[in-house]
Amino acid sequence: MNKYWKSLTELKNGENSVPDQAMPKGNLEQILDIFDKNENASKSNRRDFLKLCGFSLAISTVVASCENSVQKAIPYLIKPEEVTPGKANYYASSFAKGNDYCSILIKTREGRPIKIEGNDLSGVTHGGTSSRVQASVLDLYDTSRYKHPKKGNQKLAWEELDETVKKELNRLKNANEQFVLLTSSIYSPSTISVIQKFIAEYPNVKWVQYDSQSALALIQANEMCFGKAGVAEYRFDYADMIVSFDADFLGTWLMPVEHIRQYTKKRKLCNGNISMSHHIQIESRLSLTGSNADKRIPVKPSEQKLLIVQLYNEILKLAGKEIYSVPASNDNMKQIAKDLWSYKEKSLVVSGSKDTSVQVIVNAINFELENYGSTLRVDKQLHTFKANDSDMDQLLKDMKSGKLKGIISYGVNPVFDYQQGKEFSDALKKIDFSLAMDEVPNETTALMSLLAPDNHFLESWNDFEPKTNRYSLMQPGIRPLFDTRQFQSSLLSWMGEDSNYLNFIKNHWEKNMYPMQTAYPNFTTFWNHTLQQGVFEPGVKSVFDTKFSLANMNSFVNQLAKQADNKGIELQLYESIAIGDGKMANNPWLQEMPDPVTKICWDNYLCVSPKQAEEMMLETGDVVELNSQVKLPVYVLPGQAYNTVAVATGYGRQVCGVVGKNVGINVNFLLPSNDDFTGDVKLVKTGEIYNLAMTQTHHSMEGRAIVREAGLEEYKKNPSAGNESHHAYENASIYEKPKFPNHHWGLVVDLNSCVGCGACSIACQSENNVPVVGKKEVIRAHEMSWIRIDRYFSGDEFNPDVSFQPVMCQHCDNAPCENVCPVAATNHSSEGLNQMAYNRCIGTRYCGNNCPYKVRRFNWFDYTKADSIPNNLHDVAEMTIDLKRMVLNPDVTIRAKGVIEKCSLCVQRIQEGKLNAKIEGRKVKDGEIKTACQQACPSGAIIFGDLNDKESKLVKETSSKRNYHLLEEIHTLPSVSYLTKIRNKKA
Amino acid sequence: MYVSPIREPLVTGKKTYKKITDEISAPIEGKPGKAWYAGITLTVSALLLGLAMMGYTIWQGIGTWGLNKTIGWGWGITNFVWWVGIGHAGTFISAILLLFRQKWRTSINRSAEAMTLFAVMCAGLFPLIHMGRPLLGFFVFPYPNTRELWVNFNSPLLWDVFAISTYFTVSLLFWYVGLIPDIGTIRDRMKSKFKKWIYGLLSFGWTGSAKHWQRHESISLILAGLAAPLVLSVHSIVSTDFATSVIPGWHTTIFPPYFVAGAIFSGFAMVLTLLIVTRKVLNLENYITVGHIESMNKIIIATGSIVGIAYITELFIAWYSGVEYEQYAFLNRATGPYWWAYLIMMTCNVISPQLLWFKKLRRNLVFTFILSIFINIGMWFERFVIIVTSLHRDYLPSSWSMYEPTMVEVGIFIGTLGLFFTCFLLFIRVFPVIAIAEVKSVLKSSGDQKDKSETKEKH
Repeated sequence: MNKYWKSLTELKNGENSVPDQAMPKGNLEQILDIFDKNENASKSNRRDFLKLCGFSLAISTVVASCENSVQKAIPYLIKPEEVTPGKANYYASSFAKGNDYCSILIKTREGRPIKIEGNDLSGVTHGGTSSRVQASVLDLYDTSRYKHPKKGNQKLAWEELDETVKKELNRLKNANEQFVLLTSSIYSPSTISVIQKFIAEYPNVKWVQYDSQSALALIQANEMCFGKAGVAEYRFDYADMIVSFDADFLGTWLMPVEHIRQYTKKRKLCNGNISMSHHIQIESRLSLTGSNADKRIPVKPSEQKLLIVQLYNEILKLAGKEIYSVPASNDNMKQIAKDLWSYKEKSLVVSGSKDTSVQVIVNAINFELENYGSTLRVDKQLHTFKANDSDMDQLLKDMKSGKLKGIISYGVNPVFDYQQGKEFSDALKKIDFSLAMDEVPNETTALMSLLAPDNHFLESWNDFEPKTNRYSLMQPGIRPLFDTRQFQSSLLSWMGEDSNYLNFIKNHWEKNMYPMQTAYPNFTTFWNHTLQQGVFEPGVKSVFDTKFSLANMNSFVNQLAKQADNKGIELQLYESIAIGDGKMANNPWLQEMPDPVTKICWDNYLCVSPKQAEEMMLETGDVVELNSQVKLPVYVLPGQAYNTVAVATGYGRQVCGVVGKNVGINVNFLLPSNDDFTGDVKLVKTGEIYNLAMTQTHHSMEGRAIVREAGLEEYKKNPSAGNESHHAYENASIYEKPKFPNHHWGLVVDLNSCVGCGACSIACQSENNVPVVGKKEVIRAHEMSWIRIDRYFSGDEFNPDVSFQPVMCQHCDNAPCENVCPVAATNHSSEGLNQMAYNRCIGTRYCGNNCPYKVRRFNWFDYTKADSIPNNLHDVAEMTIDLKRMVLNPDVTIRAKGVIEKCSLCVQRIQEGKLNAKIEGRKVKDGEIKTACQQACPSGAIIFGDLNDKESKLVKETSSKRNYHLLEEIHTLPSVSYLTKIRNKKA
Repeated sequence: MYVSPIREPLVTGKKTYKKITDEISAPIEGKPGKAWYAGITLTVSALLLGLAMMGYTIWQGIGTWGLNKTIGWGWGITNFVWWVGIGHAGTFISAILLLFRQKWRTSINRSAEAMTLFAVMCAGLFPLIHMGRPLLGFFVFPYPNTRELWVNFNSPLLWDVFAISTYFTVSLLFWYVGLIPDIGTIRDRMKSKFKKWIYGLLSFGWTGSAKHWQRHESISLILAGLAAPLVLSVHSIVSTDFATSVIPGWHTTIFPPYFVAGAIFSGFAMVLTLLIVTRKVLNLENYITVGHIESMNKIIIATGSIVGIAYITELFIAWYSGVEYEQYAFLNRATGPYWWAYLIMMTCNVISPQLLWFKKLRRNLVFTFILSIFINIGMWFERFVIIVTSLHRDYLPSSWSMYEPTMVEVGIFIGTLGLFFTCFLLFIRVFPVIAIAEVKSVLKSSGDQKDKSETKEKH
């Protein structure tokens, strides 16, 4: 065989001729050869490389798949007719809790309620909501809810309970022993009928209605003056001048949702309207209403009675009538009387006093001003307050004397919120038969031997008549989550009747409401239609001749006028806007909602005037002892009248879920519920320091044009008053402004309409799954709210002007946050939205630093259980347990630890609106898409729309002379703008 | 070569080449003393504390730091900028002074460059751990991916990524290239086979041939040329983290030169802090002479004065601009709740270096050492003042807030000090603290024995 050689060396040395005799290599070895130097000896080739690739892929697949747990998504076997996955259903219903009422829509997704929205069709609330209404959906998923009937701590079946209760009821009936049904104010026609039937069945039952804050004085005064008991209907939208004596009608008095709408409607400066009502607030604590007033006169509560009498006298003087001999009034009162007289028939005087004689005088003033029939009327009434305080006092007496043998309570918690709560609880323990019918545990139910838990209102049927001839229905959004039964069904079954309350309502409506209308030919269509609308408001004409008939006015006047000035420090109790009387204290959204005026959450505290604080050397956070009874932290509140202090009720719950337990201090025992104040309070500084959770610690605007404002007179002369530089810097850049050819979403906030109530912030929290962080985190300024309401004080610290400004992401078209993100996690959409890609965010927080509006929120800890690292959850409010996670909006992703989040202008709602329009082959209509904050707002201060749609309501507002961008001088070109605040100050 | 008689000798003690090699290699060949063990115990403990705190931060979240909705950066970024600044002296000494033919740099460049590397390592840690999701930190690199995600080249933070990594790479190369001849020397002197093998590997087969020297010289020069602009660019880019923002107190065009001057200022202070101790402990007084200290003090006074002028310019421009937010930001710096930080910054950075106009103080080691510590503190506070006081009260007073660090942040800072000094302590046991070859190159021209002989001959 010829020998072929490649080179001379090979020929000479004979190398390479011997084939490699080494052992054949195994697979793995061959593969590893490719890492060797590129010598001829190593025979790895393309195939080996592919093998290696395959091997790595297989290994990485195996390794990666080990980690993932299997999660099952089970589709419907039979799809419910109404439920389309991914599409929300809305059901018209009503919110009613104690004295709070609101007509609502329940938004459900895949059969679970996730959001409450206002019902536009309601003639009472007109689509407005309050923070409590917005937050109520979370209570449905409250872990502390009663899950089944109980006897002591022992679980019962409903049949067993029914048997026990019936036996007891019959025993007491046969023995004719006194028995009380204690409820909150009931303004449901069907429920009233059920109760009446119940009383007919068990005649020994006495029905007592109890409100923690009753409106008895109003009811009695109307009865005395006009012979018609009940709370009058107030129309703040008809009043050109409002004088309020300590009535926080925008915050907690009677029906704030309705009042806010009326009040702001009258003060809305658009469509050529350049008139506003003039609002004077005379009060001691700076309330939400006082902070919106055009003029606020801080006085001590004890001085108010005399002032009211003086005002009455001045008005009588102007009316040319006989006057009473009372101390001469000061110039303020004379002026107010003069102004009121000039707005005769179009003015309104209200008082929050619980003293009947005060309310009588207020009625007399309104009567003299001929306001009846226009700004208020007694023939139409508000029904949400019915309690008579004396009934409760009698009940306590009977309980103590042992006369009372049995009690059923429903929707009330007197052990907590009654002034003699302690005595009540002692007496309650002695009663043999006590039955609670609440849905969640409270101080009162804890002492009761039997428990028949009620449904949550989102699981219930009911009807309401909150105001005369304004009916509404409540329908369930979900079947009862637990083994609970509606209060009314329980009563019905104990009477031995059909326990189906829905049938009862239908029958009741067929008999009573159906005849009130003529539009529907049969009851079924009437019922279905009403159920769909949620409300039924028959136009019933009523003619009522309001005649003031009170013989002994003189004695009332003298009684009020002679009350000596109290020299000591006077204490007032008030309901906080978020927590109310404490029934919803276990709601973390409400606990974390800052008070609109003080910006404090998760606590109650003693409001002290700046002068007093100076005298006693107190600072915010110092703890004082009040009458050696309670220790409270101090908040120095500008505007608080000197020598007065105030503290919120509703805090200090002892028996409730983990969220509300021991938050703040219960102060209900300090003051009888029918007294306005108590004098001669002793304050002692203890030297202790307490950390209050404040979301805003700096209260001055520092002279910056942040909230731009003007007086009404200036505004009339010059519509751009206070906003002279409006949009002057719009085209200041050498770069062209970005263009958005299709949509350009924007938002406008009318600062003249915003009263600062905070409904928007809870709506946003609910819509966008904004986490709750807890008190400690709020103290560290880690709160997550996407929309906050900034509150600034200006002017005199003893009686400051207050401005509110909702601030959310401004969606700048020239956004400082966007260009600093190294990974482009925040960027601009083609429709002008500043968007966040949470998955891309690595959490450098540079965007947050560079945001001049400081609206970006960082997930400091794992608040949502979305983090991949175990055992680092920071969840103080059980928000991540399965039950409460049912409230999450599936359209909005929850954010993991370490990412930035912020307002998206409810991009999920925009998307839904666009898709709906696309399906129907049309353009998006103006007003079709509403952000959650806009939806919730009772005053219509927030308007969302398309800046490219020249016909839209939004563009109408943005082209107003009052329109400005926040910090427009730094040329961020926000899509959110504001309208100046106009104050109707009289010189 | 003629040397002016008034110029101080750069190497004293009548050294011979052998003596130089012996003395500088001594710490590597001998056993470390008790002080070294004590030192490394301390620094490693600090490092471990820092690691624990970093782990805790990553596990629990940035919420463990004292930051809040208003103040998104605090100690973390302050430390980052401080360390980057410190990392400026090394490259400045070796690159810029090389280009300017400053011979005195030969005694200090090695340790200064090592210090640079360690400082940049410490600095680099902070951007990573201050992220909310550090495990996804790789997102900052523009790597090709199927999701077509790309980084944002507008962001100064991204520029930082490139600036710092480039700076670190070039500094490392420069330092290592300079080390190669010395590693060769050490290799030849090592008796243990293992060590010989290690140093052999590290020396890349250095033989000291003319070809090697020639290549070594040219690569050094090329790297010096590359590194010199980097000295200026790195801190300029770091300063754009602030300067490109809209926050009053950050949005300042003077920042790049001001930051670079500040960086060199603080870098030299740290070099002084380290070398004043090192020369004593390692008996290198003849190599790092009082003259060297004085030269560095002169640079400190120059850069310190630039920084002082920058501070005053900032105040002037804030007033002159007529922008109320700017004016308030600077008023608040000086008189707001963080006035004490501003006072510390002003005292340490502007007033104290002015004392160096006195020759006596310039040449006083104890004074210089104390002053260098002052400057280190002052420059830390400068960054704290810029970051925290600007953020805590910006545009909307409703969001104004206060910041105080938690133990976790303090622990991490102590941890980086631990890392820095641990690395330095290891470095002095492993590599020659002074560039042997380079010092030898100036011995004949600027050593004291040479001076005397030459002057004698002439006179």
